[in-house]
Amino acid sequence: MSFQVPPILAYALRRLLQAVPVIILIMIGTFLLVKLAPGDTVDALVGDMGGADAKFIENLRIEYGLDKPVWVQLWTYMAKLAQFDFGWSFVYEQPVSTVLMDRLWVTMTLMSGSLFFAFTIGIALGALAAWRVNSLTDNVISTLGLIFYATPSFFLSLMMIVLFSVKLGWLPVAGIKTIGGFYTGWDYVLDVAKHLVMPIAALSLIYLSFYLRLMRASVLEISDLDYVRTARAKGADGARLMFHHIIRNALLPVVTLLGVQFSAVLGGSVIVETIFSLPGLGQLAYQSVVQRDMNTLMGIIFLSSIIVVLVNFFTDLLYARLDSRIELA
Amino acid sequence: MAGAAVLASTLPAASEDPKRGGTAVIHVVSEQRTLNPALRASTGVYYMSGKIVEPLIDKTYDGVVGVLATDWSSSDDGLEITFKLREGVNWHDGKPFTCDDVSFTAMNMWKELLNYSSTLQQNLEAVDCPDPHTAVFKYSKPMPLDLMVAAMPDLGHPMPKHLYEGTDILKNPYNTAPVGTGPFKFVEYERGQYVMAERNDDYWRGEEYPYLDRIVWRFIKDRSAAAAALETGEIHESGFIGVSMADVERLSKDDRFTVGTQGYENNVAHTTLEFNHRSEPLADLRVRQAIAHGLNIDDAIQTIMRGFAKPGKGPVPSTGGVNYTDDVQTYPYDVEKAKALLDEAGYKPDADGVRLKLRHRPAPWGEYTQLWAEYYAQAMKEIGIEVELLTNDAPGFLNGVYRDHDFDTANGWHQFRSDPAVSTMVWLRSGAPVGTPWTNQFGWQSDEMDKMIDDAASELDPEKRAAMYHAIQAKAMAELPVLFAIEHPFISVTSKKLKNHHNTPRWNSSSWYDLWLDE
Repeated sequence: MSFQVPPILAYALRRLLQAVPVIILIMIGTFLLVKLAPGDTVDALVGDMGGADAKFIENLRIEYGLDKPVWVQLWTYMAKLAQFDFGWSFVYEQPVSTVLMDRLWVTMTLMSGSLFFAFTIGIALGALAAWRVNSLTDNVISTLGLIFYATPSFFLSLMMIVLFSVKLGWLPVAGIKTIGGFYTGWDYVLDVAKHLVMPIAALSLIYLSFYLRLMRASVLEISDLDYVRTARAKGADGARLMFHHIIRNALLPVVTLLGVQFSAVLGGSVIVETIFSLPGLGQLAYQSVVQRDMNTLMGIIFLSSIIVVLVNFFTDLLYARLDSRIELA
Repeated sequence: MAGAAVLASTLPAASEDPKRGGTAVIHVVSEQRTLNPALRASTGVYYMSGKIVEPLIDKTYDGVVGVLATDWSSSDDGLEITFKLREGVNWHDGKPFTCDDVSFTAMNMWKELLNYSSTLQQNLEAVDCPDPHTAVFKYSKPMPLDLMVAAMPDLGHPMPKHLYEGTDILKNPYNTAPVGTGPFKFVEYERGQYVMAERNDDYWRGEEYPYLDRIVWRFIKDRSAAAAALETGEIHESGFIGVSMADVERLSKDDRFTVGTQGYENNVAHTTLEFNHRSEPLADLRVRQAIAHGLNIDDAIQTIMRGFAKPGKGPVPSTGGVNYTDDVQTYPYDVEKAKALLDEAGYKPDADGVRLKLRHRPAPWGEYTQLWAEYYAQAMKEIGIEVELLTNDAPGFLNGVYRDHDFDTANGWHQFRSDPAVSTMVWLRSGAPVGTPWTNQFGWQSDEMDKMIDDAASELDPEKRAAMYHAIQAKAMAELPVLFAIEHPFISVTSKKLKNHHNTPRWNSSSWYDLWLDE
């Protein structure tokens, strides 16, 4: 009796192995790109300090291993990374893994929250608009989508702050929790949720418009296909036709977009995280570039590459689930 | 115009009785990497750690006062400086503060690791402890007592020996969780969010101090969001120009806030224009003078700095005490004179009216410096100089100017640190190794100036010393190695609920033991 690997596992394993060289290339590329930028960690450190003398600067460079050639630095880094050692952040004076783990949940909450709202509300509104095509409902939804799409997230964020924090006083301006609130349990969750309302709204509204437009177009396209006409001829009524026959198929391109956008949201979150002072990976990535904090930056990129690989993997699984004609291969 | 005048009227009335309790929340723009002031001399570090770790000496509007030191004196030859240390002071972990701590910190941190201090203390040979509350600093060359005392508020924070001895000092976890003797005890540092400190019940000034229960420093990168947080009352103070100049002006008209430059007299900086003397046109004094005459400083102060500044008169600011003089050459705005000087130097306008082209690197230290660079480029057009702006982030700027010398002109800040010897003169003295930021990397070379600086640094007589610094300023303004164009202090926006604020010349770096909250 031979051992049978379930096809899904074999598929996962193969995908993972394929990702390894990709991630290595990404890491080397990023390392060299950042090294091309003028200045290093010590320059940034000394800049923040307001100056230092030559001996001090030289000591720091030796301490951080920056006196060695770039290839040596790259080799040292990759060798450590192979053992999942992310190194030490000279900027935060902590191990990079600690810095990353402190921030990861904020970004993941922000990303999944905003993608969830964008996706669910987006496809609902898109389907509704397509169902009532060319009606007042459709026009209102489409116009709203256009406005969200055209409004930059920083502007939206600041306007929300002015309205909901400064004028109405309903929501906190910045941060992830009330400092000195010392909340625990549900009070803590509620407090964090309050802090995340505006950032999630700001980040999701733009993406919402993508899903809305894509879903509307997709539903409209599918409504004209032969099998839908057949179903209608066989007497399927409105709701059944919509949910059972149209939406399930219309979702395919939207799911593709979801996979792609998961990686894009990380970029979009830089602005939102900065404005709302959320201690997330997006802001950390930006700061790491400005401060030439190589280890932290590389750690973030490593983590993000893995997330993107995983998300793509799950997208493919979802694909297969939605349309059984698609095989895992 | 609101400038200095606003704050003066809002110092607390004597009749108000301080209230105990409350949490002051303070805005910090960029995150600090360390909270150990014996390793990093920077206002950003003192802003937080100054409440937790105290220096030997602090500065008030009445002059220097002892904090952890009670008395100081120098031997006649200047080779020994003796500090009497305060008795009955405990570290936050309960261990007593003694001369051992001072000796350990001085030899291992101030002399070896602290920026600027390793120059100041390079002749320090040993710190002896004849008894637990006496520290004797021994030097191989005379150390002026004035200089030492002036440097101590910034470069004289002892750290507890028992927590550092035998460890890798740079990686010691107490660098981001400091244990000091100050009115507040460190509680926690959440990266990217806040630093929190709470009341030290065992504070040596007596149990009525400090008034506050807690201080929280919040990191808010976005300056517009910070202004909004001030307005909603989520934060009580934003220092070091933490909000945009437009918001500074707007909030200065809001009667919930006090906006002003008081409390920064010891942190005054100059907005500069720096010349690369290796670049042929700028090696000519007439060209540098022409540029100086082509800048309308008063106009720039009103439009860019919204009135919160004054014209610069050399490397020492007007808050520099006896070492400052305003008896120096100045360069009033005069386009015709500027053009005449350029003609004289041989730079005639071509068909497009362009006399020469310069590549300019503006420092990315915020809105202020960028606007000043843009103004400079615009003003130079008037006198026929075409300025190309090369914008970089901080490491890029520091490299371009201080290591690669790849610029014709540059602009940034030059911060004064209590005494001209501490950091001010490094811009004028030649011989700094390539790549050292904020030193003379401009290629200006004057043996006469080098000698004047060296002589002043070891002069023990305060009066002679002051006269020597006056001469240096006069020479710096006559020969324009760099133009100290505008003397600009920092600006704070403070909620009126905070009381006893900005009452010392380095207030945001000080301990805040008497700060209280009225709410």
